[in-house]
Amino acid sequence: MPGKEVAIVGVGASKFDSTTIGQSYKELTYDAAKQAYSDAGVNVRDDVGSFVCCAEDFWEGNSISDEYAPDQLGAKLRPLFTVSADGLLGLGHAYMHIMAGVSDIVVVESHSKLSDVESKTMVEDLGFDPTFGRIPGIDPKYLAGLEMRRYLEESGNTVEDCAAVVVKNCENALKNDLATYGSSYSKEDILQSEEVSSPLKKMDISQPCDGSVVMVLASAAKASKLSDNPIWISGISWFSDTPNVEEMDLGQAQYAINSSRKAFQMARILRPADQLDFAEIDDTYSYKELEHMEALGLAKKAGRFVSTGKADRDGALPVNPSGGSLGMGYFVEASGLVRAYESVLQLRGKAGKGQLSKASKCVVQSWRGIPTQTGVTAVLTSR
Amino acid sequence: MPKRKVCVIGAGLTLFRRRLLETGKELSFEASKMALESAGITRKEVDSVVLGSAPDAFDGVHMKGEYLSDGAGAYRRAYSRVFVGGATGVFTPVSAWWHVASGMSDVCLAVAEEKMSTLQPHPAYAFWSIFDHDYERPLGTTLLWIFALEMRRYMHAHGIKEEEIAQVAVKNKRNALDHPCAQLAANITVDDVMKSEPMVWPVKRLDVSPPSDGAAAIVLCSEEFAKKLTKDPVYVAGCGWNIDSMYWTDRDLYYPQYLENAGKMAYKMAGIKNPRTEIDFAEVYDPFDYKELHHMEGLQLAKKGEAPKLTTSGVTQRDGELPINPSGGLLGVGNPIAAAGMMKVCELYFQLTHQAGKRQVKKEVHTGLAQAWGDLMQYSSVFIMRRR
Repeated sequence: MPGKEVAIVGVGASKFDSTTIGQSYKELTYDAAKQAYSDAGVNVRDDVGSFVCCAEDFWEGNSISDEYAPDQLGAKLRPLFTVSADGLLGLGHAYMHIMAGVSDIVVVESHSKLSDVESKTMVEDLGFDPTFGRIPGIDPKYLAGLEMRRYLEESGNTVEDCAAVVVKNCENALKNDLATYGSSYSKEDILQSEEVSSPLKKMDISQPCDGSVVMVLASAAKASKLSDNPIWISGISWFSDTPNVEEMDLGQAQYAINSSRKAFQMARILRPADQLDFAEIDDTYSYKELEHMEALGLAKKAGRFVSTGKADRDGALPVNPSGGSLGMGYFVEASGLVRAYESVLQLRGKAGKGQLSKASKCVVQSWRGIPTQTGVTAVLTSR
Repeated sequence: MPKRKVCVIGAGLTLFRRRLLETGKELSFEASKMALESAGITRKEVDSVVLGSAPDAFDGVHMKGEYLSDGAGAYRRAYSRVFVGGATGVFTPVSAWWHVASGMSDVCLAVAEEKMSTLQPHPAYAFWSIFDHDYERPLGTTLLWIFALEMRRYMHAHGIKEEEIAQVAVKNKRNALDHPCAQLAANITVDDVMKSEPMVWPVKRLDVSPPSDGAAAIVLCSEEFAKKLTKDPVYVAGCGWNIDSMYWTDRDLYYPQYLENAGKMAYKMAGIKNPRTEIDFAEVYDPFDYKELHHMEGLQLAKKGEAPKLTTSGVTQRDGELPINPSGGLLGVGNPIAAAGMMKVCELYFQLTHQAGKRQVKKEVHTGLAQAWGDLMQYSSVFIMRRR
């Protein structure tokens, strides 16, 4: 049945923290994998036909980080590959594996060990075009500042609305045991924080976090045997706009517009704001949550929507009830998979203190960060 | 079994050279454009793009896939970059296959690019950081060291002589004389190989493929789409991939078990029971001459220890019973890592559609296999194409 062909039947997460001293990324992943396999009730050696990992070399500090993926997942001498992308795209590849008949059961993994990366700003800078894009001595987040300025100018949203996003997400994170950056802030706290690249302030930026997420996906036939509560991937799509800074329509999030259009079409969602119960979307920077909400059609004026409490946990459409990246931390390539993990807990009704009263259909969306215009949108449903 | 049949309708590749003036984006553009033109379609008809490229360290660009995307034709498309070390080139069309087989795309462009020359003073420096940060990097390990270990172990296990292995380099460099993109085509003798400079014994300079720049691309599509263009399309018959543990010191290097597994996965999909007789020709990964032999055995195209004999007796020549690397392989055409693997897949397309010119193998061919190898001597990807 369309929309019920591929399901998430097991999820696992390591501990999430700003530093994870004494645990390597392999050990974090081992913890997440063990939990996911036990949650799905699968024997990784016999049941899993394919493994998808998501990583980028420079964040890993290894060339060919694919080499280091198999052992901690139990994937020695098995079909495993790495896609250099956000974990949500890994979910997309696993979806295709099941649809193409590669395997009935597929594992997806992504992790962050950002506490090991001493030169985060340098790595970000190396993402820009080597000839035309790098500006020596300037924090590459200048691009986020530029985009924020243009987005606010064109959309009519304000820096106060952006501050409201941070307040909301950090407040939400207080109800999430896994979240690292939960706190009760006022808008003034955010607005008075140090300026990084005007109008972007320090507290508009999500902070680094370590952690690993593993998911087990299954075909409809297998899912019905393995799980009483499968979470269906009823739509998923991805899109890349230009990689050249000078060609970007900053503030438009074309990747979110186009990927969500297709994902919603697959999931037969015509009015996302009405048909979805909640959203877990990219909020690497506060303004990005607003930009993405508008691109996904969740609100026409996202700033007012958030500022008037409609995106709160008890609002019309809760956005990032988990706390998002602002409240939970930024997991580089695992960020999208963390959003998906939190969504699965909500859809299963297992989100603990943070459980929403109505949670049966949601959108999960990711963005690969500056200087990219690449993103994924997925629709998850428990019905 | 795959839900949809997938066809290959076009291929393109650039020159392979030590240092090309074109940027990585331009190389990707040239190969993709040629592949689309060869298929007789335009970018408008492409739903998705998959790119393959080896370490970001070559270019010094973080998220190299994003950087190369517009050159590879992925502007405003569904786009992925897959990365499995040296095996990436053959893995890229495998990934494109599941884009189409799953029904997510009707037409998928698979592009592989490598620009090694930007890394100074030598591309080999990118490989320093592939080794384990705790156990191996402090030793100053290089790729040549570990491949010399593997070659030595393979020779020891089967009593193989260096001269037998050298015949592979002689064959492939000679085959490459007929390849218009080739970088190191040459008429050499076993004696030339034996007398070439030892790099890490038993590996000598002519046992090794060179660092190169280059790009290659193919176009994959649904059977329905292909039938609009041709009555007799080339099909993707089978795909396989497999990874072994990263702890390469813990296993016997004489035999690539991961490749046997990858091959079996592809053979099962292709319905192949006896690869030795059902595969008509193969492009196996040959960054070193001993690897061609090692891989033939892993792929069950030869029994363990038998591949040198097949080489000596001429079975693997272009006019032999089982032609291996009729393109000239990495030893002759060059080794721009991901692009080199894809070059092999292009060769399958050229051979199966009788476009290989002077490289066309003598016997009639219906089924061809391409294979690549990567990571820390632990990964293999296999791609089988078939035409009736």
